[in-house]
Amino acid sequence: MSNLNDLYQEILLEHNSKPRNFRKLDPYSHTADGYNPLCGDQISLYLQITGGVITDVGFQGKGCAISRASASLMTQSIKGQNLEDADNVFDQFRKMLTEPDAVLDYDQLGDLETLAGVAEFPSRIKCAILAWHTMKAAIEDNVEDVTTE
Amino acid sequence: MSSNYFQFDVDKIRADFPVLDQMINGNPLVYLDNAATSQKPQSVIDSLVNYYSTENANVHRGVHTLSQRATDDYEEARAKIRRFINAEKDEEIIFVRGTTEGINLISQTFGRSCISEGDEIIISSMEHHSNIVPWQILCQEKGAKLRVVPVNDIGELLLDEYERLFTANTKLVSIVHQSNALGTINPAKEIVDIAHGHGVPVLLDGAQAIAHLGVDVRDLGCDFYAFSGHKLYGPTGIGVLYGKGSLLEEMPPYQAGGEMIRSVTFEETLYNTLPNKFEAGTPNIAGAIGLGAAIDYIGTIGMDEILVYESELLQYGTDRLSGIEGLKIIGTADKKGSVISFIMEGVHPHDIGTILDAEGIAIRTGHHCAQPLMDRFGVPATARASLAFYNTKEEIDVLVRGIDRVIEVFS
Repeated sequence: MSNLNDLYQEILLEHNSKPRNFRKLDPYSHTADGYNPLCGDQISLYLQITGGVITDVGFQGKGCAISRASASLMTQSIKGQNLEDADNVFDQFRKMLTEPDAVLDYDQLGDLETLAGVAEFPSRIKCAILAWHTMKAAIEDNVEDVTTE
Repeated sequence: MSSNYFQFDVDKIRADFPVLDQMINGNPLVYLDNAATSQKPQSVIDSLVNYYSTENANVHRGVHTLSQRATDDYEEARAKIRRFINAEKDEEIIFVRGTTEGINLISQTFGRSCISEGDEIIISSMEHHSNIVPWQILCQEKGAKLRVVPVNDIGELLLDEYERLFTANTKLVSIVHQSNALGTINPAKEIVDIAHGHGVPVLLDGAQAIAHLGVDVRDLGCDFYAFSGHKLYGPTGIGVLYGKGSLLEEMPPYQAGGEMIRSVTFEETLYNTLPNKFEAGTPNIAGAIGLGAAIDYIGTIGMDEILVYESELLQYGTDRLSGIEGLKIIGTADKKGSVISFIMEGVHPHDIGTILDAEGIAIRTGHHCAQPLMDRFGVPATARASLAFYNTKEEIDVLVRGIDRVIEVFS
């Protein structure tokens, strides 16, 4: 099925098998854990934020190909960004998955566009967005764990 | 292959289930998620339409004709269920929303009145969350303790360990009859005998077993048995709690309201007799009647025939899936219901589920509401194909081709 090929693109599968920044940061300034109770995805995200800029980012955890690749692509995307830009990318990413008519800034999305096919699979949107919610929680220093429910 | 297999006309049976005849994502639906919920035969659907079209009225209330008809059919459904599980009396059949509510009823009534500080409740490692969390809450409230029977590497309960868990403080055993996540059929009779040897009553979670095994509560000897209608080809929102009359009599009521009372003054309320004492409020009348229709339907096929056919399917599916490189079946107990839970090297179950769905195949992926069991096997989740008597070997072949596609995508 063509939709399925759109979903499991080569870049996604590659990020799944070789996730970038797949490590715990030491030291780190911000952290949060995220869970997707539906399928058992779990992610621990570590950020080093210095002077309002995400200077380093790492993640660990278990999950499906979508959640893992999404986390990996996210770390590439936000590394070196200031907090406002990271937030804007999240906004673009969320719109790409949930608002079919949204006008998107593909320059800003970059490789994240790989995940556009997830929009056709509503049950998997939570998997793709988990890492981003976890990033928000880490930045806001939420004491509660994040879930996508 | 037994001779029964050839007499089992699966094409004719499939024609009774209208939902099966449809395309999903361009492919014929292959429904292998029966442990989550089963499909409904036309006769069950008709019974709901008929009830609402011709006899909708409240039960046990009016003197008018419709109310009497509705009451008769509702009570006839209770009698059908009593015969189906071989309970002694109709009033031992309590209508609830499903297995979850049945277990909660016991924790709220028997549990609250009979369990106190320092007491112990025995459950097992393969319980569904609905047979863990109600007891955890009760234990927290009462200062009681939860004791857990371990399972071995193939997903069988360790009965020796089970027996060792009993102490003078053990007040209840609540164990699943057939595991939803692994398919393991537990030796319920032995579990009950051991508990009764210690003077402890037993609740069996029959959510899965009821649709696949012939359940005889008097032969099992259990004190309570809970199951859901929707896994037994009946409607959602209706289930049954069976309880031994002598125990139900002693237990305080569950929810309070209409139906469960004999007389009310502001000073005192006298409770109704069984089963009404436990059925406050207007019940799911249509659901109960629909469940009765489901039991009638199963009767036309025969529980023994279903068991033989499903065992053949399970054997076939297990053989086919075992032959796939990189695929591992989780739960290989000697006695198993028609559930195949599996994991694949390098592929998360959720991705398996999405790719199979694109092929029209419905399976369940995730932790199956049994996270402690997943932890026991060191996996976050599994993919689960669960079979019913309307499934076919050809559908298992489609599943195997779907799994080949998963391997292709992830290679």
